[in-house]
Amino acid sequence: MIQESQESPQLDAHGNLKHFLTIEGLSRELLIEILEKAEGFVSVAQQAVKKVPLCRGKVIANLFFENSTRTRTTFELAAKRLSADVLNLNISTSATAKGETLLDTLRNLEAMHVDMFVVRHASSGTTHFMARHAHPHSSIVNAGDGGHSHPTQAMLDMFTIRRHKGDFSRLSVAIVGDIMHSRVARSQMLALKTLGVPDVRVIAPRTLLPTHVEEAFGVSAHHDLREGIRDADVVIMLRIQRERMNSALLPSEHEYFHLFGLTEKRLATAKPDVTVMHPGPINRGVEMDSQVADGERSVILEQVSNGIAVRMAVMSMCIGTQNSRAQAAGEDHV
Amino acid sequence: MSKTETWKDPEQIAEAVTQMARDLRELLEKRGLPNPLMIGIHTGGVWIADRLHEQLGLEEPLGHLDISFYRDDFTRIGLHPQVRPSYLPVGIDDRHLILVDDVLQSGRTIRAALNVLFDYGRPASVILATLAERSGRELPIAPDVVGFHAKLESNEQIKLSGPHPLIMLRGRIPKRSATQAPQQSADNGSRD
Repeated sequence: MIQESQESPQLDAHGNLKHFLTIEGLSRELLIEILEKAEGFVSVAQQAVKKVPLCRGKVIANLFFENSTRTRTTFELAAKRLSADVLNLNISTSATAKGETLLDTLRNLEAMHVDMFVVRHASSGTTHFMARHAHPHSSIVNAGDGGHSHPTQAMLDMFTIRRHKGDFSRLSVAIVGDIMHSRVARSQMLALKTLGVPDVRVIAPRTLLPTHVEEAFGVSAHHDLREGIRDADVVIMLRIQRERMNSALLPSEHEYFHLFGLTEKRLATAKPDVTVMHPGPINRGVEMDSQVADGERSVILEQVSNGIAVRMAVMSMCIGTQNSRAQAAGEDHV
Repeated sequence: MSKTETWKDPEQIAEAVTQMARDLRELLEKRGLPNPLMIGIHTGGVWIADRLHEQLGLEEPLGHLDISFYRDDFTRIGLHPQVRPSYLPVGIDDRHLILVDDVLQSGRTIRAALNVLFDYGRPASVILATLAERSGRELPIAPDVVGFHAKLESNEQIKLSGPHPLIMLRGRIPKRSATQAPQQSADNGSRD
């Protein structure tokens, strides 16, 4: 058995991806490798047959314990474009609802020779837990775990930024919204810093900003939108979850828009060629004006397309190491 | 490759490419194929195709093909470390294609390249031009136009380095140790 690196539960002995759980602990080189491989997958969408045979014969299971449309659909499409067979497990009617433990669900699906699990769960750390207990020949991809991490979303955002801005080392990127509860923001901050973005800012009302965010992530915190996005190259808006409105963290949607909603007028303090992003789904009139969302500086729909290419890259990189891992573990699984 | 030496220098390569362009022109005329589309296979094939494209004076832009997603050794060695986007600027349906690569050995790269092409459309015909051709074919694939025919031992290897200058290197493949990272052996040039 090859000794696994203690620091990273997601890399094999050669430093290649076996699971994709978090941005934390991944090197700049590996993140760049993901972005470059994703570039290769973009052209697949231009083929008459929008498929490559890379993961033919592999089975990928979507395990979404939390609702999602966009992420689940793009993961499914990514897997299908890799020619994998996809299982979409309906959790609400599945054995989990009948009391089966997560580990039992994993074991049962592994017994059906599922090669990869794409997992979204409301509890932070779920995918790390599954990766620790997974067979050597299967892979776990994190599609969002609680308030912790959403690494493929962060990577597709990095991919979109790179396509529009090129060099990370001279950028100012502002993230606006519920930083406190956002796994997307956490993964984005880590990815931006790892890729060498010198100026990362987070902008939110005090109630939605974690304490010590500046020290923990090496970012600067702002409470005024117009000041926060001044001269920014990229502005990333986060979704305000409506349920937060009932928890006294925000007075009302209307007031949030009044102070933190992105309008063309407010965007004027950013660079003229600023790129506006949003992971979706957008609440028009809460996080941003329709004029901005549908404007020429918005790349929101491009983010969706890029998500497929980035997820294809991550999935194929993980599956590509499975055979050597199985061999290292002394198993005969092809 | 461990120890390498120059097998063909830039001048010899330029000469061979000129000869290939002549042979291609002749072949196209003989078969009556006007206005073909040229497509180079990453990376060495694109370098050669660039020069052929210019010499033949083709009007439509050169296509680039990356075969990483169609390789037959993915389950053994994983994704090729260098993936580049494929780029076919013009639709290939019903077109006559000239596929260009640097070295033809096993034929597996060409098999993969044909599969990529057929996922883009249905070409009318495909001609294969390679700068060098050597022993070791594992599939029924033969080139139509060749620059060099190489007589090599089975543990010998040739590889194009470039793009400026283009040099064909020759060397012996080192015996791989069992502990070597699987990705490192996934060199496109080591098989074909």
